[in-house]
Amino acid sequence: MDEFNKFRLNTTRRHFLTKAGLGIGGVALGSLLLPDLFGKKEDDTQALLAGLPHFAPKAKRVIYLFQNGAPSQLETFDYKPKLADMLGQDLPASVRMGQRLTGMTSGQKKFPLVGSAFKFDQHGQSGTWVSEMFPNMARIADDICVIKTIHTDAINHDPALTFFQTGAQQGNRPSMGAWMSYGLGSDNKNLPAFCVLLSRGRGNGQGVYSKLWTNGFLDSVHQGVVFSSGEDPVLYLKNPQGQDKVSRRDMLDELAKLNNMAFDKTGDPEIQTKIQQYEMSYRMQTAVPELTDLSREPDHIVKMYGADCLVPGTYAANCLLARKLSEAGVRFVQLYHQGWDQHGNLVGEMPLQAQDVDRASAALVQDLKQRGLLDETLVVWGGEFGRTNYCQGDLSKDNYGRDHHPKCFSIWMAGGGVKPGISYGETDEFGYNIVKDPVSVHDFHATMLHLLGMRHEQFTYRHLGRRYRLTDVEGTVVKDILA
Amino acid sequence: MISVVRLRLYLSKFSLRFPVLIVIAIVLIIAVFSRCNGDADAGASVPGTIDFNFHVRPILSDRCFKCHGPDAAAREAGLRLDTEEGAFAALKDDSLRHVLVAGDPLNSELFLRISSADTSVLMPPPSSNLVLTPNEIEIIKKWIAQGAKYKKHWAFIAPEKPVVPEIKSDDWSKNEIDKFILQQQKAAGLKPNEEATKEQLLRRASLDLTGLPPTLSMQDAFMNDKSDNAYEKMIDTLLANPHFGEKMALPWLDVARYADSHGYQDDGTRTMWPWRDWVIHAFNANYSYEKFVTWQLAGDLMDNPGKEQLLASGFNRNHKITQEGGVIDEEYRLEYVTDRTNTFGKAFLSITFECAKCHDHKYDPVAQKDYYGTFAFFNQVNEKGLVGDISLASLADPPNMKITTKDVDSILRFINKKDTGAVTVMIMKDSSVRRVTRVLNRGVYDQPGDTVQMNLPKAILPFDTITYQPNRLGLAQWLFDPKNPLTARVFVNRMWLEFFGKGIVKTIGDFGMQGDLPTHPELLDWLASDFREHGWDIKRLVKQIMMSSTYRQSAAISKKQMEKDPENKWYSHAPRLRLTAELTRDYILASSGLLNMDIGGPSVKPYQPKGIWESSTSGRGQLSKYVQDHGDRLYRRGMYTFIKRTAPPPSMLIFDASTRDQCEVNRIRTNTPLQALVILNDPQVLEAARVLSENLIKESSTEDEKILKAYRLILCRQPSKDEINSINAYYKKENERFSADKTRAVQFISVGEYKVDKTIDPVKHASLMQVVHMLYNLEEATTKS
Repeated sequence: MDEFNKFRLNTTRRHFLTKAGLGIGGVALGSLLLPDLFGKKEDDTQALLAGLPHFAPKAKRVIYLFQNGAPSQLETFDYKPKLADMLGQDLPASVRMGQRLTGMTSGQKKFPLVGSAFKFDQHGQSGTWVSEMFPNMARIADDICVIKTIHTDAINHDPALTFFQTGAQQGNRPSMGAWMSYGLGSDNKNLPAFCVLLSRGRGNGQGVYSKLWTNGFLDSVHQGVVFSSGEDPVLYLKNPQGQDKVSRRDMLDELAKLNNMAFDKTGDPEIQTKIQQYEMSYRMQTAVPELTDLSREPDHIVKMYGADCLVPGTYAANCLLARKLSEAGVRFVQLYHQGWDQHGNLVGEMPLQAQDVDRASAALVQDLKQRGLLDETLVVWGGEFGRTNYCQGDLSKDNYGRDHHPKCFSIWMAGGGVKPGISYGETDEFGYNIVKDPVSVHDFHATMLHLLGMRHEQFTYRHLGRRYRLTDVEGTVVKDILA
Repeated sequence: MISVVRLRLYLSKFSLRFPVLIVIAIVLIIAVFSRCNGDADAGASVPGTIDFNFHVRPILSDRCFKCHGPDAAAREAGLRLDTEEGAFAALKDDSLRHVLVAGDPLNSELFLRISSADTSVLMPPPSSNLVLTPNEIEIIKKWIAQGAKYKKHWAFIAPEKPVVPEIKSDDWSKNEIDKFILQQQKAAGLKPNEEATKEQLLRRASLDLTGLPPTLSMQDAFMNDKSDNAYEKMIDTLLANPHFGEKMALPWLDVARYADSHGYQDDGTRTMWPWRDWVIHAFNANYSYEKFVTWQLAGDLMDNPGKEQLLASGFNRNHKITQEGGVIDEEYRLEYVTDRTNTFGKAFLSITFECAKCHDHKYDPVAQKDYYGTFAFFNQVNEKGLVGDISLASLADPPNMKITTKDVDSILRFINKKDTGAVTVMIMKDSSVRRVTRVLNRGVYDQPGDTVQMNLPKAILPFDTITYQPNRLGLAQWLFDPKNPLTARVFVNRMWLEFFGKGIVKTIGDFGMQGDLPTHPELLDWLASDFREHGWDIKRLVKQIMMSSTYRQSAAISKKQMEKDPENKWYSHAPRLRLTAELTRDYILASSGLLNMDIGGPSVKPYQPKGIWESSTSGRGQLSKYVQDHGDRLYRRGMYTFIKRTAPPPSMLIFDASTRDQCEVNRIRTNTPLQALVILNDPQVLEAARVLSENLIKESSTEDEKILKAYRLILCRQPSKDEINSINAYYKKENERFSADKTRAVQFISVGEYKVDKTIDPVKHASLMQVVHMLYNLEEATTKS
């Protein structure tokens, strides 16, 4: 390359920085969507990105198994025998303390307490309480850290999901994965830094929305890329009928030739970028299907995740795919599994939901562990809020439902620098209020960023005059759960 | 070379007008703009004369105001640096010492604290994660030494029409815009590019004014028109083209967060498309900006409002509306009022109003009380937070209005209603009883505080209740008061963005203290004043820009330009800009001949990859499944593609379209491999290539002629010899490939629902289709240049 073109390309890189409005420190490391522009060693952008991570990270990647709809803490990890003792009794006002209710139960005259219809046992050396619906997760009890005292501000799905993903209930802020993509980029230049996998369970579902993986005000290259179960794992990836690799290669060569003629005339470095992006799309067409092809997984892996993992679009298949994407260097893999909204018929629906996710969730942790990847991969399992300790609607002899509850719920984290085999935080005997070690959503985000080597107060993006953070203006790292 | 010019810097308006050495001017300007990247050291030397607005406030605002600014609740040590009196006051705990002593930095606590080696007294404190660079400290020191003069923030002073600069031996300028541009260009040591070719000008103007490529007959007509005013005639024709309204409406739909679904969880259908048809009509009929905005803000409050005014007021109902069962009604009702308030601030004032929802603004003089004063205007609607969950979903929650066929046949002729049924749209209507508005502490819906009256931030322009009615109509009058410093500037800046790809104020949505300063402050003010003086005439403003030499330059970039001005801040060449999501689609469909030219009407559902809606839905409501349209509804312009907010059209998002979740005033432009995949593999593009090649084959012409015609349709110019030779060779190679494997040819031409002409030889067809498709993938094809 002659000096002039080199200069132009270098300028493009800088130009790109300012044009995207990111400014210094504002650009992700190499990822699929910011390909060779940023990947080269001699590139001055490396220096610009200095400062991230702020310190040596424990976790390099995140896999978030989001249980969409909010699984009940009282039937998963937060064992409250007292509720069974008080079956049918009204929730004492001294416990509720004026907590606002959703429109679904605010009209109820009575709030009859109801305990878990499912048995609880302690598991592993840690003695972690797990309900009988989750025998496989019980088996990894010593690998996970159960937090029983997550709490949120929102009491409805849309704002609560949005809050969990973006740190704000309303507004178009970037989601967690977009922040990671922006701050840390991807280790694999052939894949996006932020991938999203969707599945649907058999319980009452609440839908997901693209704003949950939005880039918000960050550059759109940080948007989550949905990997679908259809024949195109990434939208528009497949060649049309009548085209193959060879004819595509010829077309790209012809395009490059003509684009270069235009470049000679206009000197616009964007043309060179465009040529590179076409090359990248071509490489993706090979790299992505190879990676997403689960049919060649060995038997013992299929057994671990369950036979469902060979059925595209299931939670099990997504867990396995998540492992593969993460292993290949994807910074943030976000799963959403719908169906956890048990306002009624909890006893009928929740076991089906559990069946769909229990085995594969546990398998993912074990699989990462056996590959030596768990130490550097943070796995998170949980929903957007908890559920009430009282029954929504009529309490029958053998069934009940639970409304939304924001004041406490349980999630678990594993690997990536989190202390394994502990339960953190305590709720009261009603499973309603937190009595020890509350963890807000902002605290959770701060902790996750800490594990990734970032100080959440310093990880900011200036947009319309303000420095935004994933943790807004709050958040404290939960030091007690760090390994 | 002129050694000295009277460069009346914008800042001088508020103090003295002074002659400045051209060199200093350059340094000043460069120093200002090199700080656009926030945390960077200016890198340049400290300017000779320090100006508060251009040099000092950006530093104070960004690094100090958070704790020493307008927000009373967050203010530390009782000190505020955003006002002159605050900054010159004696220290709270030591009345003998002052933060600022004019002319004496070493006795000014401000300088001592920012330059201290002792981290226990250093400002900003290390815990704030904010630092001042040595250069910034030096600027502040010098500013104090030069007298520490304060000035009001530029954007809050009403623009006065500046005198147009006189430039010696200027044979380039065609109108006032050029004079301002040329003056600063010269100061930066640059020269304008030559005028673009006629082919380029036509394509550029056609894209900018209609969003469509020029047809072959337009190309021929313009190329053959040798008259002196050929260009102007061409511009006038385009301004009168009914597709002008569509093109102008596009960015407005982002501003107005227009969508075809309600947003939030279950995300049912809404029918606001007649409002969208009105926007197109308003631009085509060239409603003044004042009328355009007033009707949208307060059409319902005008005397005997007609259905058209009521329809326009739907602007304020375009926000998201929840249908999630179980939400608290008041929480969401207030959310809608919040959205309207924030939209008002962003769309018309370019102020980050929403920052003052939970506390006083940290940077700009907008107190929380001001926010709720504005909120009060929008808080009077007789509406509910939750009308019904998805099972009871309405297409247009009350207040609403029915539009009948009779309306469409008489007064609302611009609505493209397709059937005989009535369509209901949401409109604004205040309840007869005034709702009391209270400040919401920390912005939380159930934490009401003090009562507030309808009001607007007085730092912008006091809301005089004698002049203005206390309602949205008064709000609109306040907006169009000649003394309002923001309204005209904000709109003119956004129009500039449409044509040049960036604003004169780069931060389109933020004219506040944290926003960028204008690159061409005098031009901005001249355009704003001129726009207002001429009755807020939008077409006139557009034509003014189109007629300038600045606009007509070629887009070629020289080595010198790249070195001196990589961002093209001084406009020494025209921009090259990738087409927006909608226009990319339009361009391909239009040049192929497939585009359905229909204007307005219900939104449509063209091809979309399977499962996008299905994989994310709750399963409830009529939008849980994507039911694709057929026939000519597959070929509508991009702006008519149905926008379901929780799952927007994927190819649009890939090309940086807005999700319409909230008011957006500026789209990002990226260049990604996912975009390449869309043009390579989207059946919509492939079908366009198939149909165009089919039409070409049916013509009685040689293969070379067909290829040339495809080239002219898609690139809107004649190819060079090298280009056409290469393309012809490519055609030959593809022809050989398909001849050897006819099955592949048949497969390739099977894409899309548009009927295939079976009489055509598939090998020929596939080969030409391959060439057309390749042309669509050229960078130039989807770039305005």
